[in-house]
Amino acid sequence: MAKTKYQISFKRRVQLTLRDMKRSIPLYIMIAPFMILFAVFVVYPVLKAMWYSFTDYNVLEAANFIALENYRKLFLDDSIFITAIKNTFIIAVLVGPGGYILSYLLAWMINELPHTIGSVLTVIFYAPSMAGSAVIAVFTLIFSNDSNGYLNAALRNLGITQDAILWLSDEKYVIVVVILASLWMSMGVGFLSFVAGIKGVDEAQYEAGSIDGIRNRWQELWYITLPNMKPQLMFGAVMTITSSLSVGDVGNSLIGFPSPNYASHTIVNHLNDYGSIRMEMGYASAIAVVLFFLMIFANMIIQKLLRKVGT
Amino acid sequence: MGTIRNLYQKYLQRKKSKDYTPFVKKSQRSFWGNVILGLFLLFMAVVFFFPVIYMISNSLKPMNEMFIFPPRILVSNPTMDNYRDFVNVLANTVVPVTRSLFNSAFVVIIGSIGHIVIASLCAYPLAKYRFPGSNFFNQLIVYSLMFNGTVTMIPNFLTIAGLGMLDTQWAIIIPGFASTLGLYLMKNFMEQIPDSLMEAAQIDGAGYVRIHFTIVMPVVKPALVTAFILVFQSFWTNTGDRFIYTEANKGFAYVVQQLASGRISGVGTSYAGISSASAVIMFAVPLIVFLIMQNNVVSTMATSGMKE
Repeated sequence: MAKTKYQISFKRRVQLTLRDMKRSIPLYIMIAPFMILFAVFVVYPVLKAMWYSFTDYNVLEAANFIALENYRKLFLDDSIFITAIKNTFIIAVLVGPGGYILSYLLAWMINELPHTIGSVLTVIFYAPSMAGSAVIAVFTLIFSNDSNGYLNAALRNLGITQDAILWLSDEKYVIVVVILASLWMSMGVGFLSFVAGIKGVDEAQYEAGSIDGIRNRWQELWYITLPNMKPQLMFGAVMTITSSLSVGDVGNSLIGFPSPNYASHTIVNHLNDYGSIRMEMGYASAIAVVLFFLMIFANMIIQKLLRKVGT
Repeated sequence: MGTIRNLYQKYLQRKKSKDYTPFVKKSQRSFWGNVILGLFLLFMAVVFFFPVIYMISNSLKPMNEMFIFPPRILVSNPTMDNYRDFVNVLANTVVPVTRSLFNSAFVVIIGSIGHIVIASLCAYPLAKYRFPGSNFFNQLIVYSLMFNGTVTMIPNFLTIAGLGMLDTQWAIIIPGFASTLGLYLMKNFMEQIPDSLMEAAQIDGAGYVRIHFTIVMPVVKPALVTAFILVFQSFWTNTGDRFIYTEANKGFAYVVQQLASGRISGVGTSYAGISSASAVIMFAVPLIVFLIMQNNVVSTMATSGMKE
């Protein structure tokens, strides 16, 4: 809130707020249908789950309040969770910025092309996200443990390796496979919003920029296109944070659960382990809360970085 | 210096004249830049589309080709047998497949259109107006995207059961309305609409809802299309197996999932062909919707002349 020159009394402030609220009644009516559903199906369950994180809820028995016991166990007694945090960080640091920049660059390049070719390419890049788990199977073929699998055979023919590498079972490599597969799935909603956002940039601005002395497309990108797309960049960033910090299913279908010596075990894997297999809902909720705050923290950093765009 | 000023004057004159077309469209593009760009895009397209090509060619393989190792990417004797089997099995399910298709269509149509209307109505005030609580709502929406779904499952189930929606399509539709992803997307695009546009309409006496449907919605068409594709996809692939128990109330996605995993057609290798065909069919429907929608986005914010 902006600093006011003179002090407003509390009573006056309440009066002003009430006046504003009265004026905004049509707006409240407009947001009401969504907000009511949102409160019932999103906010309430989240608050309930946060409450569960302080209990020993196991779905069958009534929940007992145990204060911070779940969090204590999580950080002090659960070495697998620490591994999971480490793996999640490695994956997120590579997949997040990698996928974000790649999807922006591709969207930008598509915009340079004629409309029809651009539309076809948009569909092609988005296709993996649409096909989802149905096509993840192809990765098990490429990274097959068998010595005649695509990658192993290729490496042998090039004379790089002698023996087959166990891509899907060796502790050293499983996380690499998960990262590559996640990168490949990262052309999602953020990418679509970039494509639509770039199309929305006013052509006249490029013209004006060209008069102002913009020489090449890189300058054009930095000084005109990017600053004009801040809302889309913000949206893409939130999407990237949520997806790259919750990688987990890809590992499940490629490597299996649990991964060898937890080498590609992520926070979401850990959460699903306790939430859907062991049914220790209280503990799983504590993991979800930790993940939630990690995402909020990442979001704060990214928002700061995005403010520097175009300066 | 004089020449530049002259050029600028000329440019301003041209811009004022009615039959104005931009003469400097974008800054200079070098030929080699274009070539590198094209090659890079081609390479990326192959990388990204490879698994999809594999999926399609796999569905055309006869049984003896499907189990060759190492697997071949392209099919040598394409056959439609897998699709024929898929249709045959579907035709003989206990619950007629038309029933489950109807259930899916009901969910997808009501759900997608309802979501777009309700969420866009909410997105517009949040994006363009400040009122007591607007900031709080905006924050809430961003943060809600960051909470994992596994642990909210049980409270959600209890709510849906409490509302008496279990075993009906509404158990999928109503919570789907409250999906924040589409709302957040539309809100971000609406923030770009110039205020003057809405002020002009307000002076003309248009109310918020009228402005929303006649001005805001057409301007953010690309975002609406993107949100529609998203919500369509999520409803189309939703099996609803957590909430719907009666076979006759189940959707197409559920039937296909059971088919593909061999639970209806029997176990063993015999379902591998059906499974590969079903993957393509489940993928094809949102793809077709996407293509149709993509083509319809002709006027964007820039071309509709509504941008400042």
